[in-house]
Amino acid sequence: MRLNSERPAGTGVILVTLVVAALLEVVPLSDTLNWVRPEWMLLVLLYWVLSLPHRIGVLWGFMVGLYLDVLVGTTLGQWALAYALGAYFMQAAYKRMRVFPLLQQSAVVFLLVGSAQLLAFLIQESVGRTFYPPYTILYSSVASAVIWRPLCGVLRWVQLRFLVR
Amino acid sequence: MSSANPTYRLLIALVLAVVLIALDQRSRWVDPLRYALGYLTAPVQYLAHLPVDAANGVMRLTETRTRLMESRERLERQVLILEQKVQRLAVLQAENTRLRELLNSSANLDASVLVAEIIGVDPDPNRQELVINKGVRDEVSQGQAVLDSEGLIGQVVETGPLSARVLLITDASHAMSVQVNRNGVRAILAGTGQGSRLRLLYVPDTADIREGDLLVSTGLGKLYPRGYPVARVVSVNHQSGASFSDIEARPTAHLDRVSHVLLVQSMEPVSAPDMETDGGDQAGAAGLEAAAGPDTEGADATE
Repeated sequence: MRLNSERPAGTGVILVTLVVAALLEVVPLSDTLNWVRPEWMLLVLLYWVLSLPHRIGVLWGFMVGLYLDVLVGTTLGQWALAYALGAYFMQAAYKRMRVFPLLQQSAVVFLLVGSAQLLAFLIQESVGRTFYPPYTILYSSVASAVIWRPLCGVLRWVQLRFLVR
Repeated sequence: MSSANPTYRLLIALVLAVVLIALDQRSRWVDPLRYALGYLTAPVQYLAHLPVDAANGVMRLTETRTRLMESRERLERQVLILEQKVQRLAVLQAENTRLRELLNSSANLDASVLVAEIIGVDPDPNRQELVINKGVRDEVSQGQAVLDSEGLIGQVVETGPLSARVLLITDASHAMSVQVNRNGVRAILAGTGQGSRLRLLYVPDTADIREGDLLVSTGLGKLYPRGYPVARVVSVNHQSGASFSDIEARPTAHLDRVSHVLLVQSMEPVSAPDMETDGGDQAGAAGLEAAAGPDTEGADATE
């Protein structure tokens, strides 16, 4: 991790990783695979919060969530709320998160993604657009936790290669 | 900038999000925001569809000559059959118009259509929605009916500049008024949330509905044009003791296989069907269809 005093750079790279995550969010999958689609955008957002906590935070979370809302056609504000909260908690815990062992990191990601999804589910429920029971969000939360480490590796490489700070 | 308290930012974000949610549910004030963001989301939708497009392109390139000739022959036969049907249709249509004029009723089945391609499916299993590659710029508007060659698919619920979202008739929050083509019995057809399964609601045990009956749209509720095939009844279960029978139907359109859809462009105002049934049913059906419409706040019409 770099010092905060360095000049920020690489906003474009961050945006590109988020767009790729957005693609993965909507790319068509079979019905079964659809259940275990990880929350790509939230994971990428969490990574950037973790590595650049002084630059990427709640407002980024809100914006990215709002974008996802329009992308997948949910109530405007549903994912914005969930992502803002997710970014906030990651920002609050980034110091501990960095020294956590692998499994513990995944567990934290599972909790963060799970609670963000639960929040979004509750909002969707209040709008009357849910059909399957709430425990179904567990599948994609688990998938998100599993994919966290490999994704971190890829994003770390991107960060070092394109000097994002 | 980094020294600003993140808790304040969180509070601002939370308040903003809650206000957005409330406004989106209760009014149309945030639609411009959604529309503007549509310029940014549509490219991603199009990009996500590219692999599918590319795969189709490769398939087309590698098709063999014999396969092409076979399909050409099949299509020619189909054209012949359809032309023969159209010949009779012209006569029938003229006769129908004459008879309707005699009855002073002005139902019109004609409507111009716009062809659109499906570029996305809603990733959320809770919702049955599609994304199509036509938007406000192609004069798509909310509430338009969407069909394929076999029947009704759903309605446009959200329009972006370059794309639009279509709510399928199988969505759990969707319901519409239909009638049995054979005898004009009217009922409410509701989605179940599962692909290719629909249910007829509140059908009395004595109603004359059989397996294999074709259900067509009635045009009540003014959302769907009248007279398009919607579904076929697959099972009728009479339960002793229950006041309504349990009827399941399957959409005539191939919801899971279509790649192109038709948007009904200009809908003529439809007159109420001429058939005489009890008025309560009719009012209920119209109300339900309105509830499933795009403007009302997320009404769960089926429950």
